[in-house]
Amino acid sequence: MNWNLFVTELVSGITHGSVYALIALGYSMVYGILKLLNFAHGDIYMVGSFIGFGIIDVAGGATNLGIPVWLLLFIMLFCAMLGGGLLGVMIERFAYRRLRNAPRIAPLITALGVSFFLENGAQLVLGAQYRSYNSFSWRSPIALHGFTLPAQARISYAGVIVIIGTVVLVIGLTLFVQRTQLGKAMRATSFDREAASMMGIDVDQVIVATFFIGSALAGAAGVFNGIQYQQLWPYMGFTAGLYAFIAAVVGGIGSLPGAVLGGLTIGLAQAFSIGYISSTFSDAVVFAILIAVMIVRPSGLLGRAAVSKV
Amino acid sequence: MSTDPTNPDAPRVGVDEWVASHEQRRTERSGLLGVVERELARVPSPAFYLGFGVAAAILPALTTNGYIINVGVNTLLYMLLALGLNITVGYAGLLDLGYVAFYGFAAYGYAMLASPKFGLHWDTLAVIPVVVIATVILGFLVALPSRRLVGDYLAIVTLFFGELFATVYQNGESMSLLGFTKPHDITGGPNGIPNIDQFNVFGSHIQALDYKAYYYVALIFFMVLLFAVYLVDRSRTGRAWRSLREDPLAAELMGMPVNRLKLIAFACGAGIAGVAGTIFAAVNTAVFASEFDFTSGLLIIVYAMLILGGAGSLGGVIIGALVVNVSLEVLRDPGHATWVFYVLIGATLLAKLRPWRWLAVVAAGTVGFGFAVHAIVSSAWPRGVHGTAAVGGALGSGLSHWVILPSNPTTIGNIAFICLVLAVLVLTLLHGWVQKLAMIPTLYLAAFVWENRLVVEPSITRLILVGVILIVLMNARPQGLLGTSRVEIV
Repeated sequence: MNWNLFVTELVSGITHGSVYALIALGYSMVYGILKLLNFAHGDIYMVGSFIGFGIIDVAGGATNLGIPVWLLLFIMLFCAMLGGGLLGVMIERFAYRRLRNAPRIAPLITALGVSFFLENGAQLVLGAQYRSYNSFSWRSPIALHGFTLPAQARISYAGVIVIIGTVVLVIGLTLFVQRTQLGKAMRATSFDREAASMMGIDVDQVIVATFFIGSALAGAAGVFNGIQYQQLWPYMGFTAGLYAFIAAVVGGIGSLPGAVLGGLTIGLAQAFSIGYISSTFSDAVVFAILIAVMIVRPSGLLGRAAVSKV
Repeated sequence: MSTDPTNPDAPRVGVDEWVASHEQRRTERSGLLGVVERELARVPSPAFYLGFGVAAAILPALTTNGYIINVGVNTLLYMLLALGLNITVGYAGLLDLGYVAFYGFAAYGYAMLASPKFGLHWDTLAVIPVVVIATVILGFLVALPSRRLVGDYLAIVTLFFGELFATVYQNGESMSLLGFTKPHDITGGPNGIPNIDQFNVFGSHIQALDYKAYYYVALIFFMVLLFAVYLVDRSRTGRAWRSLREDPLAAELMGMPVNRLKLIAFACGAGIAGVAGTIFAAVNTAVFASEFDFTSGLLIIVYAMLILGGAGSLGGVIIGALVVNVSLEVLRDPGHATWVFYVLIGATLLAKLRPWRWLAVVAAGTVGFGFAVHAIVSSAWPRGVHGTAAVGGALGSGLSHWVILPSNPTTIGNIAFICLVLAVLVLTLLHGWVQKLAMIPTLYLAAFVWENRLVVEPSITRLILVGVILIVLMNARPQGLLGTSRVEIV
């Protein structure tokens, strides 16, 4: 057994999976409340990534930073989350709100249109070329005293930042949803929108908050992806959003722990199939997992079976 | 009970009081236009389709311009695609986002059976049935796992299937069965499959680049399938599909085999995409996987056609494909595109802005505003007016005195693009005279962005336009140009 390869793929799977999990959370939250596949969600992730890129640029580029790295990281995350959140709220307000009671297919097609608009708008404004966050010192592998992993299997500072950042955001989100009044309102709205509005919950406000939080997480995921994998381009949101959505479905759509579990599952499955089979078939493996889950357990790993009331 | 239709006050079968009292209010145009409209409504729709077929058939006789015929072939292929999608999305209401993969599958299927790739040169009469049946079976298999689930899952499975298809064919130059066999070159990978045979029937074949012949082939296929779909639409199956779309639960309660109907709709759509795919491969003599992935925009373009024409309407398929494809073609030439852009804006204002005096105020205001801005900029920042308009002639020289054309417009144009998007969004929130006044700078900004950014990047502008069509239509007129509006009863 080749442990180097195994550990490399494990680390890669967990970091990829963390990014998918963050995107999947937003997908899952929006779907839970509006029953809408927000195809534009992946593109919010792309915008978040580019906001982070812009901030590195403003700060003087990666090689001659004017500010400490931790401060830069913090500003990048803050701006990407704020920008992503505002973009999500705008999309909800202008593209989806009027269609809330339209036939199911109408908002889905609108979401496709929004996604396509964002991708190509970004391509117009930013150009089609690949950008890069450039190497920071945090890309270097972590060395512990008296213990060094084989060169291939070292985890970088960036990987640690991504994993810890994801854990912190997920814990924060869980506390928010479980403990605060708005979180409670979200859960109620997701359970039954009509009944919630009869109980005096401002459903519009809850939906806006959901879009904001979900999109902010996607923005953070964009920055994390930039830190860890460097590359960003206008169409990056499509594939990442697709995997994240599959993660949400596999974990059980509407369930927040399910989204995290699904994200890690998909990330690991992808990493191991790239490592052990071939990169061509990694998509096929993910597809097989999706189909298997949908046949064996349609409500997802942690989801509750939906009972449709008439 | 009286059933005399001439007496509106009497109760009639199937008409309650409310309908009876409101029926009279249905507005019909008065005058000559009204007469024409009423007479047209009495013509059965197959007559329109036949009219379209005849008009399309004489088009090659009117022009010898190869480019126009080529665009005609493309438009007919898009019509075939939209026709197939119309069954899945328009009739049965299933969101099929892997539709383009079936098109690609069939194109590759034709390429494999009729090219030097594997040394196979089958007769076209054999290839088309084999490929189409294979595509139908593939459609069946893709829809199978999600048949029990709600439509959203079908959307995600098909979307991912489409992406999977593109990835596998893109990397198919060394395929092995999970590492057990030695690698084989199946799809040519990124190089695609070149040198595909022309259509050949019993030894006689269409000359290469003979677009006129392919135009007629595509037209015949389209007309035959159009009438077939028309008949299916009016059959038991067609009615069942529509009831399934409106309310799957009620359809199931009425004893309809919902799952089988969904699978049939899905497979029918895939089959028509298969027919289009074989023609596509033969016309272009080469296929590449990248033509069928999401970033190529093909899926979104076909959806835009369907939605613009009106999902569920056969006439809409024709109109939608024609309008979208022709406008995308026009966008390729900056000169033409600029004319279309200003005419379109003018027409929209003319149609939407009432009363007329507001139209005059906005038009005059925009022109005046433009000259004022131009005058200020040219004195304060002379470099800001150094550029030239993309269109020549009188319009071009007029524009260069009106729009600011900086000599290096990329950065400022990009910022202006974002501002324009925000301005249009804000405009939708305003009302009354504030909205009308806010229109003036927005229109000017639109012209600025158009002249400096959009017209320079036609390939991206096309795709942005398609996205905008989907968003705007869904919000403003979900039934499209020819569709009938649907009322969802909750």
